[in-house]
Amino acid sequence: MNPAAAGTRPGISRPALLFAAVGLTGLALPFVQFRANRIVGGEGLSLPDALGPWGWAAAALVVAVLLALSRVPPRAALVAATCGLLAVTLSAGAAAGALVPEGDRIARVSLGAGFWLLLAAFALALADALSRLALRPAWRWALLAGTVAAIALILGTGLLDDLSVMREYAARRDMFWREAQRHLALAFGSLGAALAVGLPLGIVIHEAPRLRGAVLGVLNVVQTIPSLALFGIMIPLFGWIAASVPGAAAAGIAGIGAFPALVALFLYSLLPVVSNMLAGLAGVPPGVREAAAGLGMTRAQALAQVMIPLTLPVLLAAVRIVLVQNIGLAVIAGLIGGGGFGSFVFQGLNQTAMDLVLLGALPTIALALVSGIALDLALDGLDPRKGHA
Amino acid sequence: MTGRLALGLAAVLLLAFLLSPDSFAPLLRPLTRNGAPPVYTQTSLLSLTLSHLGMVAGAVLAASVLAVGFGVLVTRPSGRDFLPLARTVASVGQTFPPVAVLALAVPVMGFGTGPTMLALFLYGLLPIFENTLAGLAGLPPQVIEAARGMGMTPAQRLWRVELPLALPVILSGVRLSAVIALSTATIGSTVAARTLGEVIIAGLLSSNTAFVVQGGVVVGILALLIHAGLRALEDRAAAWSHAGRS
Amino acid sequence: MIEIENLTKRYGPLAAVEDVSLTVERGRIAALVGTSGSGKTTLLRMINRLVEPTSGRVRIDGTDTAALPPHLLRRRIGYAIQGHGLFPHRSVAQNIATVPRLLGWDRPRIAARVDELLDLFQLPPGEFRDRMPHELSGGQQQRVGVARALAAKPDLLLMDEPFGALDPVIRAQAQADLRRIQRELGTTLVIVTHDMAEAITLGDRIAVMERGRLLQYAPPREILTAPATPFVARLIGTDERPFHLLSLTCVADLAQPGEAEGPPLAPGASLRDALALCLWSGRAALPVEGGGVVTLDALRRAAEGLPP
Repeated sequence: MNPAAAGTRPGISRPALLFAAVGLTGLALPFVQFRANRIVGGEGLSLPDALGPWGWAAAALVVAVLLALSRVPPRAALVAATCGLLAVTLSAGAAAGALVPEGDRIARVSLGAGFWLLLAAFALALADALSRLALRPAWRWALLAGTVAAIALILGTGLLDDLSVMREYAARRDMFWREAQRHLALAFGSLGAALAVGLPLGIVIHEAPRLRGAVLGVLNVVQTIPSLALFGIMIPLFGWIAASVPGAAAAGIAGIGAFPALVALFLYSLLPVVSNMLAGLAGVPPGVREAAAGLGMTRAQALAQVMIPLTLPVLLAAVRIVLVQNIGLAVIAGLIGGGGFGSFVFQGLNQTAMDLVLLGALPTIALALVSGIALDLALDGLDPRKGHA
Repeated sequence: MTGRLALGLAAVLLLAFLLSPDSFAPLLRPLTRNGAPPVYTQTSLLSLTLSHLGMVAGAVLAASVLAVGFGVLVTRPSGRDFLPLARTVASVGQTFPPVAVLALAVPVMGFGTGPTMLALFLYGLLPIFENTLAGLAGLPPQVIEAARGMGMTPAQRLWRVELPLALPVILSGVRLSAVIALSTATIGSTVAARTLGEVIIAGLLSSNTAFVVQGGVVVGILALLIHAGLRALEDRAAAWSHAGRS
Repeated sequence: MIEIENLTKRYGPLAAVEDVSLTVERGRIAALVGTSGSGKTTLLRMINRLVEPTSGRVRIDGTDTAALPPHLLRRRIGYAIQGHGLFPHRSVAQNIATVPRLLGWDRPRIAARVDELLDLFQLPPGEFRDRMPHELSGGQQQRVGVARALAAKPDLLLMDEPFGALDPVIRAQAQADLRRIQRELGTTLVIVTHDMAEAITLGDRIAVMERGRLLQYAPPREILTAPATPFVARLIGTDERPFHLLSLTCVADLAQPGEAEGPPLAPGASLRDALALCLWSGRAALPVEGGGVVTLDALRRAAEGLPP
């Protein structure tokens, strides 16, 4: 058994008491906000206020689950927390449905602090149960896939459609998917470009140690430039290049749109890729290098057949860092007209329309979380192959 | 050595620019078009810088105190129950994009300095917390055993052995938080916080490259200086705890 | 046959190896012994040109090694090192197949060779072929490392402290296995070690090095009985010398006519074993399988380095 499982002894689990405290505070706060239209101030409603008798039932269920969490083994806690998450989410959808008068297109029901705290309480309980269970990778992959599928299913059934975030979505469905594509293209495109340039660069500075200081120094400085400034400087820079270098504009270089954002993200991604490649190569055990040369591999063969494959875990770690970082930073592209979910975030901030901000922020967070967790799982799966040379 | 010299030079230039921005106007004029002003004058650059730095310092300081406190708490025998959860929260929490955290703080705090401070603080917690955990949990068990064997109380072990030895790792978490906070604070001006981001955004809105560049360069130099300063502190702490160990 | 002529390696003003000449006959084992920093490893690495000599020459079967591209030279020479250096991302079979694959052998030939070697090193192929290095014990890893070095049937095998990471029991077994396999294949072997006992057990000739210079190159008996310098004598260790000497001869060579009590010794057992048994059982003579006896007197003479 693994040592983490020591927490499964019968009795009251103290983390669960914390979750219960968070959750009960959440129950006391407004669960949803009702507003007669998009701009006016709202009225906070608790779960029973919003749902009537069903609300009391739901609240009672939530209290029961929260209190049960403190006494059950992790497997049961996992199930209970999942049920809690589902109950909270579906209650929000139901509350919105109940509050908005039939056919009213103007009234808004947005998520309140109570909702978020309850969601946080169950998410924490879920995380705690998962870390104590120490499931096998296959199960964790299945859980991740199941969660994504469940969220898609809930959104697809329209149970949440009366919530204001979903109203915002419904109003700009086409645009949402266009920006989603743009966001993914920015994050993955810059990652791809960084790998294409950074991996060879990492190999080069490994083979030529004299270049190391200069290359890493420059990349470090790039990394410290604040994202907003780097994105901003790209616009005039590429505008100028597109206007004055013959053929540049035809090659797709432009000072407006996604191109400057793509380059800025690419520049931020270079340091993790290059430095991890270097660290991976430098981390190959000396005996292994010695053996590769001693058995008659050429320098190129030793790199391709032995050294580079052995850097795989470190490279995957770099991919995780870069992807999660770029999914987040791509939001800033919205500020310089580069598109992506950031468009909604900044548009929402400008109009003080918080539901529009959420429409941009929530998918970004979901995307970053799923990528981060998936790559962590992939890294775990690689571990046994590392060996102990 | 050349690195230190370059940093010193950058610091001097930064100070000169903040105290007398107008004397740099000729340098920035080529970046403007149609006779736009080369130097941002709506608000004093110095006061923006101080406000920017103040927010970062406040948020990182508060985050450090709380994160180190939490880190110590969950590594004590009485807090062990929280350790696996704490690790998960620290690693998952850091995948939350800073910009999204900032945007989500607005509905709670309204516009202005508040949400930015909150976002900086929340986002600053995690690297420091994670490094505190790594530093305290990564200590060689023999050292702790030896401290126990010499009859130190748990509190003495914490203050005289564990925290000093973990200090370099904790400080590198603080450094990471500070650099991220400095950059995130720039974006804070989109929610009306008074930071240097104001200059950059003004530049973006009026297509004035000079504004973008001066805002970016000031924040960039600040980041480099803070990075180098905290790095030096870290090295000193490492040398000190290493000397203490042998 | 390897001929090393006036080989020198200098790093700046420092000579790691200074003007060393020696010859290893085909099918023989040469052991390079010395303290750390004596230049023995550098000398070994100059043979397959992992280190390029500053001056001097190495000839293998008459061919100057400088005439070949280094990687092609190395593919003809087996090379095994301390801590084995197995590629952690490749299975046992893939590790062993490294050089044959570099040489472009076809698949069936490689597969057959891998199984043959696994059998030779007493690692049942069905069980070990697809294991990863980290799934093997230290002794098994070391055997795979040597098998990999021998995969392309090199005439020459270089080993750098190959048993350095093994515990004493496994180490003795590994030495015996190496001796057996080397005799079976007729491979010429140059082995670097800091352990004089290992050099005496394995070496047909021992080269003693100090500060880059070759002090003595001679068969073990000569090294033991006539050390060329005080340093060589110190390296042998005066308290161990008689036992080393006894370990070089087997009882069959010392047997004389006669009768004795007790179970007979195998003719291949060393005189050292015979002495230990005499002392332990309190007897003055031991019977040898197939007739004859070994006496304590004869053992004593042998331990002084005198002829029987």
